[in-house]
Amino acid sequence: MVKLMVVVPKTRKEMPVTTLSVPTIGSAGKTGFWRDFRPVVDYSKCTGCTLCWIYCPDGAITRQEDDSPKIDYDYCKGCGICANECPVKAITMQREGE
Amino acid sequence: MAQTVIDTANHIAAYAAKAARVQVIAAYPITPQTSIVERIAELVENGELDAEYVRVESEHSAMSACIGAAAAGVRTFTATASHGLVLMHEPLHWASGSRLPIVMPVVNRTLGPGWNIWADYTDSMSQRDTGWLQFYCADNQEVFDTIIQAYKLCEDERVLLPVMICLEAFILSHTYMPVRIPDQDKIDDFLPPYKPKWFLDIDNPLSHANIVSPEWYMEFRYMMQEAMENAKQLIPKIDKEYGKYFGFEHGGLIDKYKCEDADLILLTMGTIGSESKIAVDNLRKEGLNVGSARVRVFRPFPKEEIRKLAENTQMFTTIDRGISFGMEGFLAEETKASLCNQEDQPLIAGFIAGLGGRDVTFKNIEKIAKKSAEWMRRGRVEKETVWVDLRE
Repeated sequence: MVKLMVVVPKTRKEMPVTTLSVPTIGSAGKTGFWRDFRPVVDYSKCTGCTLCWIYCPDGAITRQEDDSPKIDYDYCKGCGICANECPVKAITMQREGE
Repeated sequence: MAQTVIDTANHIAAYAAKAARVQVIAAYPITPQTSIVERIAELVENGELDAEYVRVESEHSAMSACIGAAAAGVRTFTATASHGLVLMHEPLHWASGSRLPIVMPVVNRTLGPGWNIWADYTDSMSQRDTGWLQFYCADNQEVFDTIIQAYKLCEDERVLLPVMICLEAFILSHTYMPVRIPDQDKIDDFLPPYKPKWFLDIDNPLSHANIVSPEWYMEFRYMMQEAMENAKQLIPKIDKEYGKYFGFEHGGLIDKYKCEDADLILLTMGTIGSESKIAVDNLRKEGLNVGSARVRVFRPFPKEEIRKLAENTQMFTTIDRGISFGMEGFLAEETKASLCNQEDQPLIAGFIAGLGGRDVTFKNIEKIAKKSAEWMRRGRVEKETVWVDLRE
């Protein structure tokens, strides 16, 4: 097995023969940077229906023990689909920086 | 036990895949390739070959399936022809860029229109810049031997590029010839199981073919070019080693016949190279000092060997079963490019012959050689590209 690098090589000799990546957070950039609006969950309203988890196009939502969503802000691009799908309006979109 | 079988090149290719113990085959039918994957299906079905046989919905999917399998670290095989090959064009780049050692016979067939299923090199030649190695075979024995050699070559960590094994439609694909198939034990010894440098593994997750910024992209391309150069060194060695094991050698990069003292050398590929040998013998009886050099490997192109041949001859005549429209025959172009900046270049005449499966016999080749010899005596190539037996 080739030794996988988690550091960026400095010379060609240190490079693998093709592009290989090990899973590291933000290895190709954290796409959360793209976000203008941030989904915020009101857990008192959440019923654990998991619709937001199902619809998130980026897999940026994980299911917690009680089926409530946990949003990964490193990758959430702020598309708002989760807020749109939530049947009890437990997710609201708030402008970044406010 | 080693045995001699009499069979078509397509069935022989299937037996070579079995002898190489391929583990995944992606299969999609296309004339004149179909009988390769059909025979493999029988071998898998009757238990002679322990492999996954994946029936895909197109050639684009066939190559994609091979990429997935090869990235998972197993020995992978598919076969195609003509329109099937050109439909694969995009994933061909993904396979070579990912440095995956896939071996694929290409049964050379025309591209339409006009719709035609016969021999022509336009299909594989249109893929020459995809980063795949390309071997061109002259007989059924060479098809078997080259498939085994190709796995050894492309799985070498100095190469790690996929390989096309090109063979002409019907002239080889559906023609029965005797072929010696060596002992499986000896083949296993020559070709040990594939040990990948990296593979997709759920316990040790990684991904390949990811995004690369301009800062790094060029280095990956340079390494592919380096791998091609390494292959050029390894091909003759592996061919010789194969010869020691099994008794068959095919000339390494170029299969040379009576070139040492030849004033005129016929540069050919594939079965035209076999016919050329007959033509050479006949012409020598008539006093024409001619030799035959069959270019067996087109990528990497053996330009150093072409230069060496050029040193001791007065003229090259290339015969191409295909043309790069708007320029010349593929072999003519590469030969001329190889000799650029060299001193004392021989004359080079280019002939186009055999498109769409038209026969190229030793008699056609003798005519080509005699025309060339006329120009050689006059010291001038009077027509740069000649279409052989073209209707007025």
